[in-house]
Amino acid sequence: MTSIRSTASEMSAALAAGTITSVELTEAHFARIEDVDSDVHAFLYLDKAGALAQAAESDAKRSRGEAQSPLSGVPLALKDLLTQKGIPTTCGSKMLEGWRPPYDSTVVAKLKSAGVVILGKTNMDEFAMGSSTENSAYGPSHNPWDLTRIPGGSGGGSAAAIAAFEAPLAIGSDTGGSIRQPAAVTGTVGVKPTYGGVSRYGLIAFSSSLDQAGPCARTVLDAALLHEVIAGHDERDSTSINAPVPQVVKAAKKLDIKGMKIGVVKELQGDGFQAGVLERFHDGLDALVSAGAELVEVSCPTFDYALAAYYLIAPSECSSNLARFDSMRYGIRVGDDGVRGAEEIMNLTRHEGFGPEVKRRIILGTYALSSGYYDAYYGSAQKVRTLLMRDFNAAFAQADVLVSPTAPTTAFKIGAIEDPLAMYLNDIATIPVNMAGIGGMSLPCGLAPEDGLPVGFQIMAPAMRDDLMYQVGGALEATLLAKWGAPILDLAPVLAAK
Amino acid sequence: MALNYDQAVAKYEPTLGLEVHVELNTHSKMFCSCSTEFGAEPNTQTCPVCLGLPGALPVVNGKAIESSILIGLALNCSIAPFSRFARKNYFYPDMPKNFQTSQYDEPICVNGYLDVEIETDEGAKQFRVEIERVHMEEDTGKSLHVGGATGRIHGADYSLLDYNRAGIPLVEIVTKIVGGTGKYAPQVARAYVTELRDILRSLQVSDVKMEQGSMRCDVNLSLAPIGSGALGTRSETKNVNSLRSVERAVVGEVVRQANRLETGERIVQETRHFLEESGQTRPGRSKEQAEDYRYFPEPDLVPVVPNSEWIEVLRATLPEKPSIRRKRLQDEWNVSDKEMASLVNAGLLNVVEATISLGADPARARSWWLGEISRLANEKEVDPISLISASQVAEVIQLIEAGELTDKLARQVVEGVIAGGGTPVQVIAQRGLKVVSDDSALMIAIEAAIAAQPDTADRVRGGNIPAAGALIGAVMKATGGQADAAKVRELLLKHLGKGE
Repeated sequence: MTSIRSTASEMSAALAAGTITSVELTEAHFARIEDVDSDVHAFLYLDKAGALAQAAESDAKRSRGEAQSPLSGVPLALKDLLTQKGIPTTCGSKMLEGWRPPYDSTVVAKLKSAGVVILGKTNMDEFAMGSSTENSAYGPSHNPWDLTRIPGGSGGGSAAAIAAFEAPLAIGSDTGGSIRQPAAVTGTVGVKPTYGGVSRYGLIAFSSSLDQAGPCARTVLDAALLHEVIAGHDERDSTSINAPVPQVVKAAKKLDIKGMKIGVVKELQGDGFQAGVLERFHDGLDALVSAGAELVEVSCPTFDYALAAYYLIAPSECSSNLARFDSMRYGIRVGDDGVRGAEEIMNLTRHEGFGPEVKRRIILGTYALSSGYYDAYYGSAQKVRTLLMRDFNAAFAQADVLVSPTAPTTAFKIGAIEDPLAMYLNDIATIPVNMAGIGGMSLPCGLAPEDGLPVGFQIMAPAMRDDLMYQVGGALEATLLAKWGAPILDLAPVLAAK
Repeated sequence: MALNYDQAVAKYEPTLGLEVHVELNTHSKMFCSCSTEFGAEPNTQTCPVCLGLPGALPVVNGKAIESSILIGLALNCSIAPFSRFARKNYFYPDMPKNFQTSQYDEPICVNGYLDVEIETDEGAKQFRVEIERVHMEEDTGKSLHVGGATGRIHGADYSLLDYNRAGIPLVEIVTKIVGGTGKYAPQVARAYVTELRDILRSLQVSDVKMEQGSMRCDVNLSLAPIGSGALGTRSETKNVNSLRSVERAVVGEVVRQANRLETGERIVQETRHFLEESGQTRPGRSKEQAEDYRYFPEPDLVPVVPNSEWIEVLRATLPEKPSIRRKRLQDEWNVSDKEMASLVNAGLLNVVEATISLGADPARARSWWLGEISRLANEKEVDPISLISASQVAEVIQLIEAGELTDKLARQVVEGVIAGGGTPVQVIAQRGLKVVSDDSALMIAIEAAIAAQPDTADRVRGGNIPAAGALIGAVMKATGGQADAAKVRELLLKHLGKGE
């Protein structure tokens, strides 16, 4: 029996078999959202009319016997930084309150043409800057495992929506871990594809050279199905890779990793990692060995500098990317009294419209790019990036994929981390992947014994070999599921309707 | 006692630097597919990309790269095997992203030169202007500041923004320091901009219309005491919008700076605006405190890495250098320097060459294009070449040479073609404009004229040949101007016994 707790591939099969319609499935999800989202606050905007129309269209096509993509009629939640024509897109910022983009991002265009039903837009840290959704101008999202805890960030809304069964699939974006860390702390699967694998056209930029949209799901196969819908070369994104999309669905179904070499990154364990996180990570390693893979220890010494370099490159790019929010053409406008000049109104608007973390990064980036400081900061950070790539290349010469815990801790309490630098440490294991432009996945590997909260297992693959992480992820998931006897989300507290 | 120009250059050595911005004539913008057509309703040629909407990304226009490479090759530059775009960050309402996508430390073309010829006291002399770089960038939108006295943003009641121009491809051509010109600095500046304009025109990469802003020149100038070997502080004169103004701006700045230096005042590093009426400049923005544009490589674009074979293909398509071509055509057509200059300045060299190559007599082709057709174009305020084609003009000229049209009839034919009456032959047929050369038809008209003015006819018979003019005029009138006047004269005099 299909329910909101089914996986996307189960829903897809039920739709194909005609045991449920997309309209029914969509309505069931809206009912669930109605029941729990006042607690979870995963969504910033619901497009009930648009979603039901899309669902009805998918049903109609199916009844006419027209060819359907596998995910046609399956609902999805969209992170609020991808433009969808006519639908409010805020990026979690007051700055864009009320803005309705006049165009579809490439990801949204691909979802629409695949018949995927977009339920609404999910909460996020403002302009994707944060690890907890506490930086959203519209209030934080809550972790379905414990509503007093964060669901990760920046894509906490997307991860929480999936973990709370408000949607089987979601789109996130990952600049330094914003898909993978939320997946880790909510017991879900999140994938950051190879940079250039998914078009950035219509993805509101935080840091252009690091941003990448990707799939969020409850299983590796579901993530793969969504991955294949949104990936591919796009002429509108010059940094998009013109090469065939890796066959990730096929890889996720393989369930065979015998003889594969798994590189365990020496620098991404030990100090700073919660004991229970490391314990479950080692369970994951054991599962891989039991599935026939071989472990090798690899060293990536430059990883120690990745976080510092990231916090120069990302703020530098963001200081320029966010300059366009000046109230002249769209978004809010503050202080336009007919007397003040344009410059003053720009100042007042940016003062009101941006939150403290965004301002902190704009100031940091402006400083790093300033004449006289450029070489020392931005220039050096780019060199670190080159060195990181060399480390990865050397490691991939020894192993097919690399692994580490996704995040150093399980979900922390909302409000618990006030120091921005302490918050940045959440991404210590995910950032090297973005800096090198390769692919990364997080999937659940158990619950930490000390707090009973989910732990994420990260798999990293060489550029455009996203299939390898799906292959390893699929096999690991199957091995752990056999051990546990039930999906990890079955252990999460049941969120009751109010 | 203020120094005049001659006194100024007797004491001070000018050093020039010229920055020329050229709007490329690509059909679409630098980073999106919006039209670049001039004169459309404000904000109708925009899209998410050139409006800088959140999420939109740029894609480089391949044609603009090709044009930039052609310019570099024509200016003897090296084409960089790897060049990049960079972001120039500053806030201004007419810049949608609040950064301009430009090229900074890795431009597409570097290290070229352009040889120009100037007239000196010792005759014609060649001067080499070295080119530092040619780089690509996008234009900004246009602001219209309404209210206030100056038309500038300060003091305006409100401002209107038109983003049709935002993202139009621009190429900036920057010279190295041009020294050693002495008193000829104004002529060198003008000759350089002129030659550059002609090269760009021959490459067909830009309309190069200075008065419409598709080519804009900034003149950098500094003075140092002759023989000091030093470089003075420079001023940057913006928006010098004609060839004549380039020359005048240099003269104006030399005189202004020399007089400041004479009175012990220092030169302020600043931008200045050229004033067309007086030939002087007024101060603009101070550049004493260098603005920090926080340039960094544009992460939304990939580097430009032109294939070397492609560059050679482009090199092979370079047209003949305009200076060489002008000399060749001048010799072939046997025209004076002055006539040649007027053809070039009117932008009619290509069309005249085409007309001649279609068989028209060079002298006639020149005079038709510079005369009648230019006059009609002036009346209509359009470009002469938009009115009529080279082949139609060649056809008309050949009909004149064959005696089938008089100049007067030919003017009517040209007017008819321009009015949309079809080809010259169709206009002739429709309006019945053929020369009346049938002798018997003419004789009837001649006899009628003699009958109407018997006294005049008698005076002619009596030897007063000039009196025949009145009779010829009457015949021409009777035939509606379609008779060949020389033929009428010949027949009339013969009829009155005064033929040769």
